[in-house]
Amino acid sequence: MSYIHIENAGKTFVENGQEFRALTDVNLDIEKGEFICLLGPSGCGKSTLLNAIAGFDLVNEGSITIDGKEVTGPSTKNVTIFQNYGLLPWRTVEKNVALGLENKKLSKDERAGIVRSYLEMVKLEGFAKSYPRQLSGGMKQRVAIARALAVEPDILFMDEPLGALDAITRMKLQDDILDICKREKKTIIFVTHDIEEAVYLADRIVVMTPNPGKVKGVLKVPLHHFRDRTSGDFLLVRDKIFDLLNMKNEEAIEYNI
Amino acid sequence: MKKLNSIKYVVVSLAILIIIWQVAFIFSDYSEALFPSPIMAFNALIELLTSGQLLESFITSMGRFVIGYGLSVIAAVILGLILGSLPRVFNYVNPMLQLLRPISPTAWMPFVVLLFGIGDLPAIVIIFIAAFFPVLLSTVSAIMKIDDIYFRVSENFGIRQPALLWKVILPAAFPQIANAIHLALGSAWIFLVAGEMVGAQSGLGYQIIDARNNVRADLLLATIFVIGIIGLLLDYLLGIVEKKVLRAWGGE
Repeated sequence: MSYIHIENAGKTFVENGQEFRALTDVNLDIEKGEFICLLGPSGCGKSTLLNAIAGFDLVNEGSITIDGKEVTGPSTKNVTIFQNYGLLPWRTVEKNVALGLENKKLSKDERAGIVRSYLEMVKLEGFAKSYPRQLSGGMKQRVAIARALAVEPDILFMDEPLGALDAITRMKLQDDILDICKREKKTIIFVTHDIEEAVYLADRIVVMTPNPGKVKGVLKVPLHHFRDRTSGDFLLVRDKIFDLLNMKNEEAIEYNI
Repeated sequence: MKKLNSIKYVVVSLAILIIIWQVAFIFSDYSEALFPSPIMAFNALIELLTSGQLLESFITSMGRFVIGYGLSVIAAVILGLILGSLPRVFNYVNPMLQLLRPISPTAWMPFVVLLFGIGDLPAIVIIFIAAFFPVLLSTVSAIMKIDDIYFRVSENFGIRQPALLWKVILPAAFPQIANAIHLALGSAWIFLVAGEMVGAQSGLGYQIIDARNNVRADLLLATIFVIGIIGLLLDYLLGIVEKKVLRAWGGE
């Protein structure tokens, strides 16, 4: 069986007495070390699916297993990175990074060493004593990434982690994430609504559509890192996604025939 | 420069107050014994200081204040943390609090005197009541308003109670709780005087009653002035402590 195995997974919410279907009949297998993007417009259930795999909001139909074990809640072995960073504003950058290490049996020096090495990895060693409010959005997200990596998780869940950043910072961070992840060899599940971001980052893209949220198709990205955003292959993959999302103008083609 | 300016504001402001008082004294028809001038009140203040009576009243009042206010804040924050973490229980407790909260602490006074007699306790109880409800309700609302993402992050990193309380809940809720503790200091000090006027035979509040009984309006006004000064200083000191703790926890 695959590392992450999702079988007939579905989720319904009850809101104001009415049942609302957020996710229906998802089947997906993810291997260890894969970079998976969940891609789709808002309301397609991509974050719902991520939260279900991460264990925050469990599915109420079907099953999700990681390494053969049913997901029943968040695990310290899999860390989630949120769009709004989730940094603790009353802690300095280094204390934020140390958050997940405080439960482990480490000496003070060992802990400080780990914190320092991960801050170096995200190039923020000069900001160890700063508070989150003194950092830009991109720097905050890099702190969150360092904090997540510091506990050496098996899986990284990223819920639109770059959604709040400007386009240029975003592209830089995409490179940083690819770079770090190839080095650390983590399994990554990354939620985004940005088609280009998905093509740039993923090994496989899970394209999802709303009403109700479901998987429309899974696309292998046959490109090598690093990728050229303007190459023909890149555009071809992008085109396939447009196709899956029914965003091509089919009527015009019919008219020409 | 900024400090110098703020000293200037204080001096000018107080000078205006004393001038208004002096003008009112000059034009008033009351006898000097009933409506004394600022100078007479100042002389009375010197008299209170040299006789040691002021120090004695001050120590008595401060003792009651520290016990009443301290216990109240501790009890309200602890109860607030519990109720804030148990919203379903709070739904049952809230109507009770909303009923009790608008009752002026002085309204409890006769009842408290009936139960505990005249002495330290009535004043302490009234201070306790004055500070208790605002601190309790602010603490509950501060806890309930904590962003869910902090709990998700803590859960993800395996931070459980009791570590969750002092690593996440308290620092996240602290700014609002501290604000309420600070505001409650003012009302607690106000009700100390009320409590001592009705339920005690000593302290600053009683000193006012005593001065009235002896028709010593100069002593009475001097005491009122001292009460104001102490209230101001307490507020200032707590403000400094609040800022220090906020800074230690990375607040603005």
